[in-house]
Amino acid sequence: MPRPFTPKVITANALLEGDVVYFTAQDSWSREMCEAEVLEDQAHAEVRLIEASRQQDVIVGAYLADVKPGEQGPEPTHFREDFRRTGPSNYFHGKQAEVH
Amino acid sequence: MYRYNDFDDAFLAQRNAQFRAQVERRISGALTEDEFKPLRLMNGLYLQLHAYMLRVAIPYGTLSSDQMRQLALVADKWDKGYGHFTTRQNIQYNWPKLPDVPDILDSLAEVNLHAIQTSGNTIRNVTADHFAGAAADEIADPRPVAELIRQWSTDHPEFQFLPRKFKIAITGSPNDRAVTRAHDIGLRMVERDGVAGYEVIVGGGLGRTPVVGKVINEFLPQADLLPYLEAIVSVYNTLGRRDNKYKARIKITVNENGLDEVRARVEERFAAIRPLFAGVDQEMLKSIEAHFAAPEFVSKDVAPYDQAYANDPVFRAWADTNLSAHKADGYAIASISIKAHGQTPGDATSDQMRVMADLAEKYGHGELRISHEQNVILPHVHKADLPRVHAALKEAGLATANIGLISDIIACPGMDYCALATARSIPVAQEIAERFEELKLEHEIGPLKIKISGCINACGHHHVGHIGILGLDRAGVENYQITLGGDGTEDAVIGQRVGPGFAYDQVVTAIETIITTYLAQREDENETFLDAYRRLGPDPFKAALYPEAAKKNAA
Repeated sequence: MPRPFTPKVITANALLEGDVVYFTAQDSWSREMCEAEVLEDQAHAEVRLIEASRQQDVIVGAYLADVKPGEQGPEPTHFREDFRRTGPSNYFHGKQAEVH
Repeated sequence: MYRYNDFDDAFLAQRNAQFRAQVERRISGALTEDEFKPLRLMNGLYLQLHAYMLRVAIPYGTLSSDQMRQLALVADKWDKGYGHFTTRQNIQYNWPKLPDVPDILDSLAEVNLHAIQTSGNTIRNVTADHFAGAAADEIADPRPVAELIRQWSTDHPEFQFLPRKFKIAITGSPNDRAVTRAHDIGLRMVERDGVAGYEVIVGGGLGRTPVVGKVINEFLPQADLLPYLEAIVSVYNTLGRRDNKYKARIKITVNENGLDEVRARVEERFAAIRPLFAGVDQEMLKSIEAHFAAPEFVSKDVAPYDQAYANDPVFRAWADTNLSAHKADGYAIASISIKAHGQTPGDATSDQMRVMADLAEKYGHGELRISHEQNVILPHVHKADLPRVHAALKEAGLATANIGLISDIIACPGMDYCALATARSIPVAQEIAERFEELKLEHEIGPLKIKISGCINACGHHHVGHIGILGLDRAGVENYQITLGGDGTEDAVIGQRVGPGFAYDQVVTAIETIITTYLAQREDENETFLDAYRRLGPDPFKAALYPEAAKKNAA
């Protein structure tokens, strides 16, 4: 049996600000992971990644990141993605200071 | 200090204008990211986890007060009010925005600073002994030669697409404070029959495959330096592997081809190009040397120093740890720790930068240095002025008396900023420093270098830490390997892994166990951690760290 597909979101960095962004179902980019489109199927995920990567004038380096369902939408499964959606741990800078 | 001439000014202005146009074309969509990336990297601009990062070179670690003030201005105007000093004598800004970067570079150019070749597969910022020009043990100031190498390597047409990055370090002292044996090329000034020359070390490096550099030339006459360097880099450019990024550094080239083969090819290339260096380089060196004339040292009564040393225990503790011997009578080299317990190693706020710039101007002949150990140095302070310097530092939170001690930790940015990192390093450093401050054991422990890297690339020099910590990602969880016995001096040694790694929340306890073992087993307080480790070997530390395994072995 093939391994079950881990749900994913598409994430990248914004071209101008460099901060972390997530691809939404409306083909736009959000600063918050909870607004990202959750991709449940591998083939669909790959198609969406191609579509997201076309927006070269807005973002840099789009890729698929594993997520799990949470109370307010998708949540990261890996600590790297958790840092990306939060900010550094030594200062209250980045997303933790700006979004919430 | 080197001051740009008209040629330098025009070169940098042109380069910055080119990059400004490249940024505009990227933003307009005329350049794709694939096209733009190598261009931004050539100019020190990375894209990290949360933002862009701009790496600005501090050539051979030397800054003037004006330059330091400009670094503060950049931090305030375009970043978040601080900068991070790195193990390669650079400063990194963690939050610049792409459209602002051309303005930042122009503003740095006003004070002769740039970010050229601080990234990419080129010859990087040449690093030097941070006590250069001041140290009592120095044969000669290595900075004029470092500046010559910088001019030669900047935009060198043959060396813009090397197999991999290339790092050169130089020291003018027999006591190596520049980790020359862990560089692609290390240069150590040595004397033979009263004549100064260079010991040339090649193929050192840390990272995935740590290697202590090998001596390719025991004594290179000073006038042969540039053609010889050009010969080495040229041979590497030809032989170095481009098929595998992990085998592309010159250390692998030397290991795969053998030092003798590399030496023979270098000699051959050197013989071919030496005649082309008709002496212009030596003329340039002469004019550069004039920029680095020693300041006019004064003689003053050192009574204020003696008095403060006798009466003020806080000053005495700082003087004992943070001062080093100066070549001029009555002077000292003052290291400013930017590692207050619990702070991010290597970070300075813009206010702190301005305080240090002002102190350098008032009491230090206008000079500052950045060390690869991520501290700032006032290289020329008269002892009579030290009490006042110390008082001003104290007010700015810069008087931590911990140079060379357990809390003077090197830590790379790690997973808090770096896109390559596999684990965090900054919070580990913060917690170790705070723990030993709490225990009030720091001075009792004595000289000890802890170095932390957040990935295998080893920007935190963990291999040459007396205690090295390497953060890894083990099945989605941060895990930390500990190495012991590393040494970054002229007797460079790569530390040995002590055993299985530790979870994030176990690292501080593990370090405490190592220290407790050392304190219990050292012969007396004069036996440093490194000496004790060399005498005892790893076994007592292993037994203390892994009691279960020790029990099993005994059974």
